[in-house]
Amino acid sequence: MSTTTHDHGHDHDHGAHKQSFVSRWLMSTNHKDIGTLYITMAFIGACAGGTLSMIMRQQLMYPHNDIITNGDTWNAIITAHGLLMIFWFVMPALIGGLGNWFVPIMIGAPDMAFPRLNNMSFWFLACGFVFVMLGLFLGHGTGAGWTLYPPLDNAQYSPGMATDFSLFSLHLAGISSLLGAINFIATILNMRAPGMGMHKMPLFCWSILVTAFLLVLAIPVLAGAVTMLIMDRNFGTSFFEPSGGGDPVLFQHLFWFFGHPEVYIMILPAFGIISHVVSTFSKKPVFGYLGMAYAMVVIGFVGFVVWAHHMFVSAIGTDSKIYFEVATLVIAVPTGIKVFSWIATMWGGSIEFKTPMLWAMGFIFLFVVGGATGIVLANAALDQELHNDYFLIAHFHYVLSMGAAFGIFAGFYYWIGKMAGHQYPEFWGKVHFWSFFIGVNLTFFPMHFLGLAGMPRRYPDYADAFAGWNYVSSIGSIISGLSTLVFFYVLYRVFTGKDQLADNYWGEGATTLEWAIPSPAPQHTFLEVPVIR
Amino acid sequence: MMRRCGSVLGLTCILMLLGHAALAQNTPDPTAAANAYVNAPHDWQLWFPKAGSPMQAKIDWLMQYVLWIMTAVVAFVGVLMVYVIIRFRASVNKVPSQTTHNTLIEVVWIVVPVIILAIIIVPSINLIYYEADDSNPYMTVTVTGHQWYWEYKYNSVPGLDYTSYMIPDDKIQPGEIRRLSVDHPMVLPVGEKIRFVITSGDVLHGFYLPSLGVQKYAIPGTRLTSWTIINKAGTYYGQCNQICGLDHDAMPIEIKAVPLADYLAWTKQALANYTDNTVNTQPLSSPMPRNQLADATP
Repeated sequence: MSTTTHDHGHDHDHGAHKQSFVSRWLMSTNHKDIGTLYITMAFIGACAGGTLSMIMRQQLMYPHNDIITNGDTWNAIITAHGLLMIFWFVMPALIGGLGNWFVPIMIGAPDMAFPRLNNMSFWFLACGFVFVMLGLFLGHGTGAGWTLYPPLDNAQYSPGMATDFSLFSLHLAGISSLLGAINFIATILNMRAPGMGMHKMPLFCWSILVTAFLLVLAIPVLAGAVTMLIMDRNFGTSFFEPSGGGDPVLFQHLFWFFGHPEVYIMILPAFGIISHVVSTFSKKPVFGYLGMAYAMVVIGFVGFVVWAHHMFVSAIGTDSKIYFEVATLVIAVPTGIKVFSWIATMWGGSIEFKTPMLWAMGFIFLFVVGGATGIVLANAALDQELHNDYFLIAHFHYVLSMGAAFGIFAGFYYWIGKMAGHQYPEFWGKVHFWSFFIGVNLTFFPMHFLGLAGMPRRYPDYADAFAGWNYVSSIGSIISGLSTLVFFYVLYRVFTGKDQLADNYWGEGATTLEWAIPSPAPQHTFLEVPVIR
Repeated sequence: MMRRCGSVLGLTCILMLLGHAALAQNTPDPTAAANAYVNAPHDWQLWFPKAGSPMQAKIDWLMQYVLWIMTAVVAFVGVLMVYVIIRFRASVNKVPSQTTHNTLIEVVWIVVPVIILAIIIVPSINLIYYEADDSNPYMTVTVTGHQWYWEYKYNSVPGLDYTSYMIPDDKIQPGEIRRLSVDHPMVLPVGEKIRFVITSGDVLHGFYLPSLGVQKYAIPGTRLTSWTIINKAGTYYGQCNQICGLDHDAMPIEIKAVPLADYLAWTKQALANYTDNTVNTQPLSSPMPRNQLADATP
């Protein structure tokens, strides 16, 4: 730590001695550098998972296609796609990446509460990435789907080390998230600048705080379930083996007790980002701030008591179905508060349609579409028809591939000037948005029709009647893929940029603390503790 | 779509001659009545299959009910956003308001969604109870999922227990549907309440009949039930809908629904033909080099 005291506005290095590459990036304790590492991890994870999705859509472009001729290979690809996108793209981008970068700055803290723990949680995640890729490539790969339901992934039906690597990769990602979450909770509760009460805290920090609590409560359950699976596979226990008195349904309960909060872990930080972007570009404060904050708290709480709606066609009693249906539908109310508050924030504003705002508005509308199909699927009676078919695939890609991903891109374009010190090219940012918007809609909207027609998920080959919409969907995925190349070009322009950005390059609408410090943010953010009035 | 239906209907005779020749050689095929109507997915399908059972008709109704409500909600949000984009863009509205609260509107957007949810929940819960009521069936079929075929045991016909494999792509005959037709379909009587007891012999499977509104996991060690009443003689299709390994996409379900008398005639014929309980237990060859034996890597 530097002890020099001088005006931090004019010296980005702050007199800190020049660090070597190894000491800066491999032994980092700086929340911004670790945030950058997380974002890099998310970039790698998204490229890997996205490549797998391109392969899948190419295979499904025609019936009886011959790109993937082995069902095990196919199953390994769908499993790795799910795990990568969730644990190595969305979570590191939103929580470890943007959360690490901006939560300490927004609350006026010098760094995270436990900087070394922060570094450790990143490297657990990086090791987990190696493991999940081993799970993809070793032998026939892990072919149980990202839900990892036994008995398919027990020692009898999934011999070989691949499945063990995938299970341990979840352990590593889980420990990483758990340590990160503890760090965020300690930071947010204890290190806010003087004057920043909980009810003055920016909504992104609220979203990360709720997410961190969800992680602390949900991840240990996943860890327990995964440990039991590992023991069933390797040490002869029978937690999930009917022949030994166990029950596969137990795993489904444990998995979804983690898995459903996980859904909100992926979307709540995006909610936080969208609030800031909408407020900034409407040049208005967020409408109904307290309602927005507590809507997230309620979503997080109710998110814990709805898990069995993933199991409506599994071993769930009739009355339980009714409870889980009603509890699930209740989540629509706080979600509605958020959506309408965003629109009310825009109402009466003076809206500038810069790239981050386009992503945010795209997020709001498409998230409502995904939410609407979510209401449909919450009906246990309808789930008997729709469970596990392409209607479900369309639904969760609308909330993830268009919800969480749009939130990530909104945050990226909003903050990249603050992180990199150079602005993105506005024209190419808009090209990226529109091409991605068209691509993902073309990919996922036809999946609603496939699902209604009865096409099951996780099929490498399908009846010829499903060919038409699958072809359209694959064309859409090609457009999304090309759109990603535009994003690479945007990145290239950002990192080769020569421009100098003002502290607050968005102007009057941007009011949080990160806009009071230079761009790029200096290595040590606050040499004097800021006071919030 | 028309081409498919035309070919399916037009080739019914060929189907009778070639499709299940083993059954049809000596006596008239008792499942022939099922060939007149085929309820299969069709090209560019936009909605559920035509309802083959009262349950599917109710699901179809509820789906339209919920989906129209949700379409209205999405359209409302869409209209609001378009209005905001046009009316409050910076070039039109230069001075932003600073309003951050309006108690009335905040109460309205809590109360109205609650009312909408209540409107959805009532018929939805009724249908859950309807779907769960498997009492007083005319007959029960025990369905067992295996890697990668289905086994059908007719509880009311002692000894009738047989397996059903997908017709591999290279053995498809005219009139059969690739990836949906099977060698020995499940044969059921029309108009009678049929209960399915669903379980698994190995990993999880999913017993999924979209045109009849039936879906349940097949779970080893657990027996789940569902039921159906098939409205009309015909052929209905379903597929395995829970990932089960290598050939997850190659274990479809085919149901031949025939009049009760034909069904009874079929049970006698099937009992005679399916004596060894192991009709075709060897997996049929698959057109894809599926590399099954290589599974045994340590």
